[in-house]
Amino acid sequence: MDLSVNICGVELKNPITTASGTFGFGHEYGQFFDLSMLGGIGVKGLTPTERLGNPAPRIAETPMGILNCVGLQNPGIDKFIEEQIPFLRQYDTKIIANVSGNTVEEYCGMIEKISDADVDLIEMNISCPNVKCGGMAFGTQVDMVEEVVSAAKKYAKKPLIVKLSPNVTDIAEIARAAVASGADALSLINTLLGMRIDIDSRKPILSNIMGGMSGPAVFPVAVRMVYQVRKAVDVPIIGMGGIRNGRDIVEMMLAGADAVAMGTVMFADPMAPVKALEELKDYMQKHGIEKVTELTGAVRV
Amino acid sequence: MKQEICTVTDRQDYGSGLFALTLHAPQIAAEAKCGQFVHITCGEGNLLRRPISICDVEGEMLKIVFQVKGEGTEWLSRRSPKHKLDVLGSLGHGFNTDALGERSVMIGGGIGVPPMLYTMKNAKANGATPTAILGFRNKDAVILTEDFEKVGTTYICTDDGSFGTHGFVTTELEKHISEYTGVCACGPKPMLKAIAQIAEKANIPCQVSMEERMGCGIGACLVCACGLKLRDGEQGVRYGHVCKDGPVFDAKEVVW
Repeated sequence: MDLSVNICGVELKNPITTASGTFGFGHEYGQFFDLSMLGGIGVKGLTPTERLGNPAPRIAETPMGILNCVGLQNPGIDKFIEEQIPFLRQYDTKIIANVSGNTVEEYCGMIEKISDADVDLIEMNISCPNVKCGGMAFGTQVDMVEEVVSAAKKYAKKPLIVKLSPNVTDIAEIARAAVASGADALSLINTLLGMRIDIDSRKPILSNIMGGMSGPAVFPVAVRMVYQVRKAVDVPIIGMGGIRNGRDIVEMMLAGADAVAMGTVMFADPMAPVKALEELKDYMQKHGIEKVTELTGAVRV
Repeated sequence: MKQEICTVTDRQDYGSGLFALTLHAPQIAAEAKCGQFVHITCGEGNLLRRPISICDVEGEMLKIVFQVKGEGTEWLSRRSPKHKLDVLGSLGHGFNTDALGERSVMIGGGIGVPPMLYTMKNAKANGATPTAILGFRNKDAVILTEDFEKVGTTYICTDDGSFGTHGFVTTELEKHISEYTGVCACGPKPMLKAIAQIAEKANIPCQVSMEERMGCGIGACLVCACGLKLRDGEQGVRYGHVCKDGPVFDAKEVVW
């Protein structure tokens, strides 16, 4: 049975990665399972300098999901390179560095710097809904996507994955713009913008009023968007959004994903990726599938 | 830090929406420290676990006391002996009773009372003679006082005077402040803030257990932010996380 997948020349031992922002830099979940079992690790989103993030509350629960407004709290790209890459390199897995910026220049600087660091793939977050006058604007307008991706691509010496926002009218149009501007691969979906209100105090639950929704509740939206993007472009897709288990991984791959990322589900069960890998293998065995890549886009419509 | 499927061995209904569960949790109990918490899956319909402080540890048994606040804790309150629970623990940075001197005082307010029991036992086991000051809304909300009294001198206050002394824990603390060598506390934030000020004025160490809406419980998702002072004394704030850096912080570190 061959579980490996190829993302722009980088071979992942299996299609399971972790979604940026849910996994820190791996230290915490590394206490529950061997990080080497993962195909890749999507690290916490990085910015040019340290970001403190938003005040609490940063989380609100929803039926089978959460909203968050962490606000990209991270130590900055330099500290990541210095302190976290050596830690992650102890494991036999691929490092997916996730970068964000507030301006085109910041994106270019980040991608130039991370290209020279020991990472395998670069994921460019153009969709984080939390940073005012930042991520959201880039990821939701075709001309902005074209501007920032084509500029950033010039500095990328590693495969560039562009992470798409679902908060758009036509995801296929955005995907085409990203690929035409140089994206080597796409990842989707980032979080859906949401809001909750405490009915006793009549105040929003989140400090930032609105936040990004993730978890099992968003899974069908993610499957639909991966399906639409698969039909629109011909680059590798990392599918994410609400994946809980091996069955969900199969479904996401059938919709068109080459690899997947798991995230919020780990808050419920830290062992979810380990269990999902076993479930994926069971499915392949049961259905006589030799190579996991056979699943990609194999939905019968 | 372990994920353990624990069996409920005892359930107590204290009334007023307050419940105690005793869990057979050999792995977690073996490493549990006072002031730490466990993170419990509460039914299939709730995605997030619920963080509950550790009230007591005896051998392989772990006792938790909680208040029903929503669907998750309501589900938890309906567990009874032989039910299984999916528990992560023990989590977080607990109280360091060694740093509080010989005559430490344990202060709990409302549902902040339970974790002070194991903390007081820990202080006593380390050779101190700890005192407890426990505050409750009213007589109906009074819990665990007999357990505390077995460990040491215990003062009880209620907001309405229906049990113990009429008034707040802070009044009781100030009465004997010169006798104490250190304070640890768990309860509502305004209470903790007032206690921190009293301790600072008396120039004795103070550790406080903070609360915040939590996600992963282990320090990965970064949602349970607690504003802390900058280390070099500069103006500004940094965010620690209640689940990993806390729940117990040095009161002088916290931005109130």
